[in-house]
Amino acid sequence: MFDIERWQEIFETLRKNKLRTFLTGLSVASGIFILVILLGFSKGIENGVTSQFQRDATNLITVWTGTTTKSYKGLNPGRYIQLKNEDYYAVSRKYDDYIDYKSSLYSIWGGTISYKNETGNYQIRGVMPDHQFIENADIGVGRFVNQSDFDEFKKVAVIGNKLKKDLFKDEDPIDKNISIYGMNFKVIGVFYDPGGEREESQAYIPVSTAQKVFNAGDNIRNMLFTIKMADNFEEAVELSKNISQNVEADLKQMHTVAPDDTSAVRVFNTLEEAKKIYSLIGTIQAVFWFVGIGTIIAGIVGVGNIMLIIVKERTKEIGIRKALGALPMSIVGMILQEAVFVTMFAGLFGLIFGLGLLEIIGPQIQSDFIKYPQVNFNIALTTVFLLVLAGALAGFFPAYRAAKIKPIIALRDE
Amino acid sequence: MVLLFTRNSLVLKSSKKTILTVTFPFLNSLIYCTEFRFLTISYDKRVIVLANFTINNHHHMIQIKDLHKSYQMGNNSLHVLKGINFNVKEGEMVSIMGSSGSGKSTLLNILGILDEADSGSYILDGVSIKNLNEKVAANYRNKFLGFIFQSFNLINYKSALDNVAMPLYYQGVKRKERIEKAEYYLEKVGLSAWSHHLPNELSGGQKQRVAIARALASNPKVLLADEPTGALDSKTSQEVMELIQGINDEGKTILMVTHEHDIAQMTKRIVHIKDGLIIDDNPVEQVRASLYV
Repeated sequence: MFDIERWQEIFETLRKNKLRTFLTGLSVASGIFILVILLGFSKGIENGVTSQFQRDATNLITVWTGTTTKSYKGLNPGRYIQLKNEDYYAVSRKYDDYIDYKSSLYSIWGGTISYKNETGNYQIRGVMPDHQFIENADIGVGRFVNQSDFDEFKKVAVIGNKLKKDLFKDEDPIDKNISIYGMNFKVIGVFYDPGGEREESQAYIPVSTAQKVFNAGDNIRNMLFTIKMADNFEEAVELSKNISQNVEADLKQMHTVAPDDTSAVRVFNTLEEAKKIYSLIGTIQAVFWFVGIGTIIAGIVGVGNIMLIIVKERTKEIGIRKALGALPMSIVGMILQEAVFVTMFAGLFGLIFGLGLLEIIGPQIQSDFIKYPQVNFNIALTTVFLLVLAGALAGFFPAYRAAKIKPIIALRDE
Repeated sequence: MVLLFTRNSLVLKSSKKTILTVTFPFLNSLIYCTEFRFLTISYDKRVIVLANFTINNHHHMIQIKDLHKSYQMGNNSLHVLKGINFNVKEGEMVSIMGSSGSGKSTLLNILGILDEADSGSYILDGVSIKNLNEKVAANYRNKFLGFIFQSFNLINYKSALDNVAMPLYYQGVKRKERIEKAEYYLEKVGLSAWSHHLPNELSGGQKQRVAIARALASNPKVLLADEPTGALDSKTSQEVMELIQGINDEGKTILMVTHEHDIAQMTKRIVHIKDGLIIDDNPVEQVRASLYV
């Protein structure tokens, strides 16, 4: 292995067979290069998709109420259960560890909103600052309702893009006053919603302001919570199921509702949504693993094929060397040493080139669905060694067989 | 400086550096010399050794007794050699003749330790060649034998010089010394000007000269040539034969398979093989190839 004469002989052989060396190296280097790029983009897509859908509240728990249908503890059925601020705070305090975003809601379904001469009927929703993330609203201009709006009962509104177009046409709505039931609200932002026009014809105001101006006291209509994403789907299912059940039980107890009354307190979670995302990410990973393993197999077969051809081409040379007194194993060793050197060198070159390209191109990519393409260096390095090993193995057997052939047969004229 | 003579003609001229490695193999074969003397002259820190020797013609280089060889062809066994007996003395030049299928190539392969006989004995320079493992066989091929093939069998990506140096690589000779020796043998076959050419840049005759230089490079005891002029035109054949005769003149034992009578006439002894047996074995009046050129 460290025989300098042997290395000299190998380098000379490689130098004198430039095309063969180049082609072997190219196939190995390009295989590794493609694999690195592929793995990088698979990771990038995974990152992109995950972050896209994580922005959407995938694991949303919605609470709303109705009238009781069963008598319980001496209370008659037909009672309307009214959610209060204290219910919201109690629940959000209790499950704080699991909750990502939370908001209480007080909405008016049809409210008259006007600006100058334009008037329309729109849904007005009193929300908390977190609602922006729960609803996945994209703020186009300005900002969303913030904590100080909420704390100070400010009369501010964030209007949907449709609403803005209806009332303001091409005018800039920011800092203009709109009138809701005759009360002046200052527009602080415009939002877009992937949900479309229906979602965009709404106006958001702080829930505290809504309770005040609509004389709702501390009544709320709904509570929305998003549960933090768990590491895998099973955990996510388990977690949101537990939390939904517990929240429902807690609220029923607080409002003295029969545990089996299904219409008085309802808790709904959007697990279906989460399920889709987990399976989508799972599918993407599976596809890339499949393609990646396919690439490695193709690479191994390719290297093996090249080794077979090289040994075949050198059968006569092996015969000559044997006639001149070479030991069979020294010939096999030389061919393998040469093959391992070329594949290793080319493999590492492809690896570095691929990693470098990802490093340069990665940050330039302007796509929501590809983010931070990167490769696990260990996986890439393992692949290089796997290819080298496969090349060596694929070269060993034909080389061994060729070295076993009697020189007379190897030297026989065609 | 080393100068070696045999029959009063210069065999070897070498610089001081290579005295030991060049002269020792020669000295080994001198054991069988009837007459040799050293003339040592100290001259300005250099040593000049002059040795003049003749070869003992009674020493047997190759001894073969009752050699049998069969090949398995499917269910049939093909008996190729059916009891060959013959001896070759050191310094002889023998041609083996026979029609194709007579067993002459099989005999040459066995002599070349490329193949092994089923029964019988083969003694090469006092060493019994039998049941050798790969390692020992490779070692003997390297040290004892030089091969010359009909199709030259040069390694096509190596220069003439590197081809000649190949046997020395497998002898473990260091690179610098390899190149030095290879240059010496290339010069001997008259191709020093072509040392850095690849085989495909050389003519057939030149390729065979390179092959001869390569066969000589390891300083073998016996040269085995399988139809050395088979791929050459008659003029080139004469030139190559002249070279081979010159090598024989220096004392090297040469065995040659050929089917050309005029080539066989240029050796000193012709052995006819037919159906696996020697039918005729006679010395001939050697025709010098130089007469034709």
